[in-house]
Amino acid sequence: MATSTTRWATPARRSGVTLQQEGVIAAAILGLTVVVSLANPDFFNTTNLLDIVVNTAYIAVAAAGMTMVIVSGNIDISVGSMLGVCATIAGELARNGAPVPLAFAVAVLAGSVMGAVNGILVAYARIPAIVVTLGMLSILRGGLILVTQGRWIESLPEAFFFSQRSTLGIPNPVWVMLIVVGLVWLFMKYHRWGRAIYAVGGNAEAARLAGINPQHVQFFVFVVNGVLVGLAAVLYASRFTAIQSNAGQGFELAVISGTVVGGVSILGGTGSVIGALLGSLLISQIGTAAIFLKVSPFWLQAVQGGLILLTVLIDVLRRRRFA
Amino acid sequence: MAPPIIELREISKSFPGVQALDRVSFEVREGEVHALLGENGAGKSTLIKILTGAHQPDSGTILLRGQPITIPDTRHGLKLGIAAIYQELSLYPDLSVAENIFMGHQPSNRFGVVSWRQMQQRARAILHELDADDLDVSRPVRGLSVGNQQRVEIAKALSHDARILIMDEPTAALTQHDVDRLFEIVRRLRARGVAIIYITHRLEEVFLLADRVTVLRDGRVVGETMHVSQTNQAELVRMMVGRTLDTFFPKDAAEPGEVVLEARNLSYGRTTRNVSFVLRRGEIVGLAGLVGAGRSELAQVLFGITPAESGEIRVEGKPVRIRNPREAMALGIAYVPEDRKLQGLLLRMNVRENTTLAVLRQLLRYGFVDDAAEMRLTQEYVDRLQIRTPSQMQQVANLSGGNQQKVVLAKWLAAKPKVLILDEPTRGIDVGAKAEIHRLMNTLAQQGMAILMISSELPEVLGMSDRVLVMRQGTIVAEFDRAHATQEAVIAAAMGADALHTTPAASTTLT
Repeated sequence: MATSTTRWATPARRSGVTLQQEGVIAAAILGLTVVVSLANPDFFNTTNLLDIVVNTAYIAVAAAGMTMVIVSGNIDISVGSMLGVCATIAGELARNGAPVPLAFAVAVLAGSVMGAVNGILVAYARIPAIVVTLGMLSILRGGLILVTQGRWIESLPEAFFFSQRSTLGIPNPVWVMLIVVGLVWLFMKYHRWGRAIYAVGGNAEAARLAGINPQHVQFFVFVVNGVLVGLAAVLYASRFTAIQSNAGQGFELAVISGTVVGGVSILGGTGSVIGALLGSLLISQIGTAAIFLKVSPFWLQAVQGGLILLTVLIDVLRRRRFA
Repeated sequence: MAPPIIELREISKSFPGVQALDRVSFEVREGEVHALLGENGAGKSTLIKILTGAHQPDSGTILLRGQPITIPDTRHGLKLGIAAIYQELSLYPDLSVAENIFMGHQPSNRFGVVSWRQMQQRARAILHELDADDLDVSRPVRGLSVGNQQRVEIAKALSHDARILIMDEPTAALTQHDVDRLFEIVRRLRARGVAIIYITHRLEEVFLLADRVTVLRDGRVVGETMHVSQTNQAELVRMMVGRTLDTFFPKDAAEPGEVVLEARNLSYGRTTRNVSFVLRRGEIVGLAGLVGAGRSELAQVLFGITPAESGEIRVEGKPVRIRNPREAMALGIAYVPEDRKLQGLLLRMNVRENTTLAVLRQLLRYGFVDDAAEMRLTQEYVDRLQIRTPSQMQQVANLSGGNQQKVVLAKWLAAKPKVLILDEPTRGIDVGAKAEIHRLMNTLAQQGMAILMISSELPEVLGMSDRVLVMRQGTIVAEFDRAHATQEAVIAAAMGADALHTTPAASTTLT
């Protein structure tokens, strides 16, 4: 190690800011658990706590994709509509007798196709992501209601309810969540393309000069996001006995909130999928806690909004120091 | 005699690490064109910014018609009748000519409602004074020729009733026809009593247009203000240079090897025109020229950022095509850009991630980055370049400028290039880090790397280079070997001062 006498000498930190943020969120989750459990001991109960995790699973899977999108300097607000479309496809196929694994696979494939469309428009047609995905949000939602005519999908085969089952005592959605988050974390940290996502979001010009093609990276990110939304849709669709035609409405807010609260910079370039997982958990937990504390759900929304503004404000202030 | 319309007395201004102006005194009279000359970084821009109110002097006084004043901001400067026209025009392309002229002070009634009729009438009147009646005031600025856009800028200044007009290299981007028209306008304004501060790199313009001339060098006025009739081009060049070469440039004479990179008649747009040169193993070639001469643009052609439209590049004798940075990298070319924050660094990522960005491909094991190999590689460059950082995990945003620059260098050296293009490698970094980077360049050249160095610091170019190429208006206009590269010769070539060209023997011919 060279002499460590810089003016800025600070302790070594892995990826700096995000680790801090992840620590803060983890502490908040623990703190909230303690406080709410003291106020209402029923909260501190294995079933309840596990429920929170299970209910967060499909959000966290999509948040992993959203992390990649936001780190690359983009956003995808069409994930709610995409989830609805994918869930409906899976349900319709299974109801009409297709093998369940095939139904799930087609749903994931559909997600990747929709992601690819977003990716082409953002990366190659160079339309801002917010515009592309806003358009996609409306088109998919409208199309879904036209096709289903607002009917619910019911009488699904027993094999379809993947999310209701457990493997080795742990609910399937939790397995999927852990595996996805783990893989995406490894990918973003140790894969060349994962690093490229940070590079493009942090400084597209420097990335280009280092031989990275920012357009390919952006396209890739949207496709992966589509795949993960497809997977989230499978988890979502197989939880309950019916799939509603408005499935996934407002889902994009939950996913983006979790990701941003977890420390993924909305300005691109930093953040980790672990943070996004913790952020999603925190927001779900606040929701459940509100019920146990008999707080109005409207307060809940205000708290969630406040949390988002606070995290982004901290991020912006940190950045200003570097300017 | 009436006091000068504006006078600076003993003005000093410093920025972190630089004394931009050191007790500069300067005055302009009504009805005078006063030329201001100086090399890149001599302090001209700072002087303008102090006059317009964009910067505040650390000490000294400004007198307007003999009265001491302060100019807290540019808005205030405009109110006092001080306006500037910069080299980069600052117009709103989608707004009309009239709107551009009156931006920020549109004729309006007391409720703030803009009178378009009045605005257009007054715009037409101002353009008429400039003999530019041919400009339609209601058309958008987008699509106007550069010369016409500049007339809009001048009209904008006049709409503020400017009595002091600062023109920063106004002819840099103009065609000859537009230059003639501009001179006509300047003479008209002078006849109306406007005081004009005219900054230029074209020495012949000084003698065509100016009444008096002042030369700045390293933030100081050289000698004193002179009437143009009392001086000549050769004297002005001598005044602009004449810096002493300090000895800390460690360049050892190297025995250049075989040709690594050869450019033949490279062209791109209007910025790179018919450029030919060779670069040999183990030599450092300095690329000198004024700001805007096309040096960085040439580097971008060589690195494939703006691929050559015509001409040929040969690497180790073989003709190659370089269409993007990736192809350039594959051929062993590396480019350390001018602006490390904008083009070089991922500020919020750590030293390790920045160092290995361009070579991750080589660190893969089973498709994933090998942590240990990445750490070893980074440590190698942290040690070799003496990057001062508490750890490899430090965000580069937290490092000093010199260490940031070393991280950018590490990134490119890790790619083991044969040809290293450095664009202003020591700009804005402290003296110690600068010397370290110079030493490193020296070592790299001795190990056989070919280095093309762009620098606006003449002493750096002369001290570090085995050969010096001089660019002007997008093309290479002169080449000097180390022995013949003097400040006067390089500056004269960069400015196109024909009378001063050195004897043909001193400049070796191009291949």
